[in-house]
Amino acid sequence: MANLFCSSIGKKLIMSISGLFLILFLLFHMSMNVVALISESGYNAICEFLGANWYALAATMVLAAGAVFHMVYAFVLFFNNRKARGSDAYAVTARPKHVEWASQNMLVLGITIGAFLILHLYHFWAKMQLVELQHMMGMHVSEEAMALATDGVHWIRHTFTSPINTILYVIALVAIWFHLTHGFWSALQTLGWNNLKWIKRWQTVSNVVATIICLGFAAVVVVYYIVSIM
Amino acid sequence: MALENRIPEGQLAQKWQNYKNHQKLVNPANKRKLDVIVVGSGLAGGAAAASLGELGFNVKCFAYQDSPRRAHSIAAQGGINAAKNYQNDGDSVFRLFYDTVKGGDYRAREANVYRLAEVSNSIIDQCVAQGVPFARDYGGLLDNRSFGGAQVSRTFYAKGQTGQQLLLGAYSALSRQIGKGTVKMFTRTEMMDIVVIDGKCRGIVSRNLVTGEIEAHFGHAVVIATGGYGNVYFLSTNAMGSNGSAAWKAYKKGAYFANPCYVQIHPTCIPVHGEFQSKLTLMSESLRNDGRIWAPKRKEDAEAIRAGKLKPENIADEDRDFYLERRYPAFGNLVPRDVASRAAKERCDAGYGVESGEAVYLDFKYAIERLGRDVVEARYGNLFQMYEKITDQNPYETPMMIYPAIHYTMGGIWVDYELQTTIPGLFAAGEANFSDHGANRLGASALMQGLADGYFVLPYTLQNYLAGELHTPRMNVAEGEFAKVVGDVNAHVAKLMNVKGKKSVDYFHKKLGKVMWEKVGMARNEAGLKEAIEEIVAIRKEFWADVRIPGSANEMNTELEKANRVADFLELGELMARDALIREESCGGHFREEHQTEEGEAKRDDANFAYVGAWEYKGENAEPELHKEPLVFEECKLVQRNYK
Amino acid sequence: MSEKQSLNLTLKVWRQKSPKDKGQFETYSVSNISPDSSFLEMMDVLNEQLITEGKEPVAFDHDCREGICGMCSLYINGHAHGPDEDVTTCQLHMRKFKTGDTITIEPWRSAGFPVIKDLIVDRRAFDKIMAVGGFVSVNTGGVPDGNAIPISKAAADEAMDAASCIGCGACVASCKNGSAMLFVSAKVSQLALLPQGRIEAARRAKNMVAKMDELGFGNCTNTAACEAQCPKNVSIANIARLNREFLCAKLKD
Repeated sequence: MANLFCSSIGKKLIMSISGLFLILFLLFHMSMNVVALISESGYNAICEFLGANWYALAATMVLAAGAVFHMVYAFVLFFNNRKARGSDAYAVTARPKHVEWASQNMLVLGITIGAFLILHLYHFWAKMQLVELQHMMGMHVSEEAMALATDGVHWIRHTFTSPINTILYVIALVAIWFHLTHGFWSALQTLGWNNLKWIKRWQTVSNVVATIICLGFAAVVVVYYIVSIM
Repeated sequence: MALENRIPEGQLAQKWQNYKNHQKLVNPANKRKLDVIVVGSGLAGGAAAASLGELGFNVKCFAYQDSPRRAHSIAAQGGINAAKNYQNDGDSVFRLFYDTVKGGDYRAREANVYRLAEVSNSIIDQCVAQGVPFARDYGGLLDNRSFGGAQVSRTFYAKGQTGQQLLLGAYSALSRQIGKGTVKMFTRTEMMDIVVIDGKCRGIVSRNLVTGEIEAHFGHAVVIATGGYGNVYFLSTNAMGSNGSAAWKAYKKGAYFANPCYVQIHPTCIPVHGEFQSKLTLMSESLRNDGRIWAPKRKEDAEAIRAGKLKPENIADEDRDFYLERRYPAFGNLVPRDVASRAAKERCDAGYGVESGEAVYLDFKYAIERLGRDVVEARYGNLFQMYEKITDQNPYETPMMIYPAIHYTMGGIWVDYELQTTIPGLFAAGEANFSDHGANRLGASALMQGLADGYFVLPYTLQNYLAGELHTPRMNVAEGEFAKVVGDVNAHVAKLMNVKGKKSVDYFHKKLGKVMWEKVGMARNEAGLKEAIEEIVAIRKEFWADVRIPGSANEMNTELEKANRVADFLELGELMARDALIREESCGGHFREEHQTEEGEAKRDDANFAYVGAWEYKGENAEPELHKEPLVFEECKLVQRNYK
Repeated sequence: MSEKQSLNLTLKVWRQKSPKDKGQFETYSVSNISPDSSFLEMMDVLNEQLITEGKEPVAFDHDCREGICGMCSLYINGHAHGPDEDVTTCQLHMRKFKTGDTITIEPWRSAGFPVIKDLIVDRRAFDKIMAVGGFVSVNTGGVPDGNAIPISKAAADEAMDAASCIGCGACVASCKNGSAMLFVSAKVSQLALLPQGRIEAARRAKNMVAKMDELGFGNCTNTAACEAQCPKNVSIANIARLNREFLCAKLKD
């Protein structure tokens, strides 16, 4: 085990495991959101369940750690790789056939998603779990805010009445889709869980998973926006 | 000096064992005090350097490329022979030995060839142990294919990349020793001369191809494993950098050069396409297993094809002349290389050639009908793809075009049974020596010989010599003879740079190549050879008066590298012509038009020419002297080769 | 093959006198190039022209000119080994270009492969990686019979596919991260797939990866550009195997 994480493959292992963990989270998050389309009270029950409880807070901490690791190592690897590429750039570059666009632009996609994450946390987390947390820690929180802290449906409606938010969310989902189509199979490849036969299969699974996740999220966004303008 | 071949006593089959039983050895503690220089890192050089390093000698290995893995052994496609008899088809060490002597048209030394056949089996075992991915059958055992000149299947192969895989095996063994520090590798370094002190070879002088530095290196023994000199013809299947310079420098320092006129012309190469052609590409001989060779039966068809009015696939079977099957019914398309090459030339000279007039067809239509496209693709897919990339024609649909090309040189530095040259302490291995193939090499035997020399012969025979060198201290390369040779090499380089003429090195190389191909090529005659000698002398004179090498000698200078090699080819070519001139017989790759049977087959003269012709250098303005080593055949009966 | 139109081309070639020199592009034109010529034969024509003009010819690596030695290494119009698929530079033919084209020719660029002169780079890093583990630790002699250990045809074939790597460095040159993973994984895979090499597979994977990292090659981000530009079609499935071998080896430490 010694110095595993100093090696190139070790660093990639961190990206891989944290990435897979984030994909699991997204799957869960998406499933939860879809509930909002079926039963709003059901959705709010989940929001309540995931309030400022010790288990939800612990999970949030782990999730945050996963995200932070993923981002920090993305930059570590990026700078390593820049150095390895050398200071002289090619005058002409071309993307070879069969090379996914996403795979060459993971950092840009990641940064886009990161930026979106801030907006997303501001739209929801800051109004929900954070408020409960502040309340628990004895800070002053208005009663109205406390009441809305577990009303997830309210915040969905609130956010997606704005066409700008809706568009921003859809753009972010497209970025996530690209990021996942490469990220999922790439994570398995890094774990070594791949071979000649499975490469194509995992790439297909990757596309399916990315599409399910993004469609699920997008459905909620789009449906609430359409309802708001009707 | 009389030629002493040092063949051990005893029956042919016991000679090598007898030798090993009685040779001198060096104890492990002393090995690291002995330095061995290996020039060349291909199958012979790489295998020797690795094996000597494993034994504990202090090895320095030199290559002109950037890595030992680039040596031209890598380009061998078809396979490697061994007498394993895994196929139960009647093979044996004796039969491999016999086939090799016969295939070489009885111009090889029996004892050497027997040893080669004997160690062939160990080579396969060694390579398997190194992780060489030989082709296997579904049962997990090694597969074999058949090759020209043999009636058994004894060729082991790794797709169409056998040479590559064997070389990478030797390279990995070498890499292991480099990692351990027993071998020091000098890449992008070219040997410029050898250093002889008191009659013994004591080292080399090299040029660093990156910095231009001329450096001397000491060795208790030196091995030259630098391959053949086929590039004297300019166009050949050799790599662009393959050269005869190391061997030539050794010759000029006193090592005899044997049978320079024995050149192998490979029958299945892609024909020349134009004047800027830089090299020829071989299509593996294994293609002849399933492909049928033909030329149009009617001259007007050949003319129509040349004019682009007729396509070969539109010529009916009855209008095709399968001339090898017609002339040699017993072996058909699998006759040895020299026979197949001459037959192609005969057809083209008679006006039946296609394309530029210098090409015949190798057709897979029949194999596809018989075996199905899938099987053909599995066997030859990578070769077909290579053919298509080069010619833009699809060999599944239209027959391949082939023509003979220079491929291998059987001649080389004369060595005795121990692979030692006439200079004590200087050894030669692989294609660089002359020893095992006589006047013609059988397919899949070059890899066998290179590895046999490197893995299983030199580690023994070199030790026998080194045991006598324990008391020779390492010499200071900054003084004495070393300094003198460094001075000579510097002067030689300066002389090349100072010509400051008008023509490029390639101009002279091409000109030489044309003379060699036309007059010292597939068919030779007295008048032509005499002309060739005169013409080569004239080109050499012109070269030294008019060659232009831009840049300086103190940096990487690819033109200087070429010039140095071509300067040597311009001398070597002349010796080849001389050797071809005195050998008044036809044997193997050497075909003298004056000496043929009525049917146009090669006619040997065993009474007068059953000898190795070894040439001794006598100085710049003197004619070289021929020494003859008689070839004694105890086991093989000398008969006219008959593949009919 | 006859009567094809010959080509007139503009070449933008990277010229650099020495490793320390800054280097720049020079523009040359060549004419009457046969479409049946190989790319390197076109370079020969250019060099012949330069020598006639009394200029220094362009230095480029090449040797066997039949796609197997791995010496040739040109980055042509944004592609390692040029725009054709599954070929080395020496197998690239001029019929892939049109008359009037401008062709940009650059050396391999990566921190691991410093430029020596013009289009020639130093790839000795690959040899250094090989020297720490790219072998089976057997000495000459004393090995078992070649048929003593049966190996399934499937494993032998897959090992052969990995072993077909020619060490040209196109993978590093085309990787946006300058990673040598395809090269290393090809050797690790070949030997891990065969029982002979299996015995020291763990040690090999660890040593070769450590050396690769030490020499400053980048990390694989699975873009598969290496596979796309590999003249021998070595698959990135080998990289998965290397990851597996390496991680398993490390977890056992």
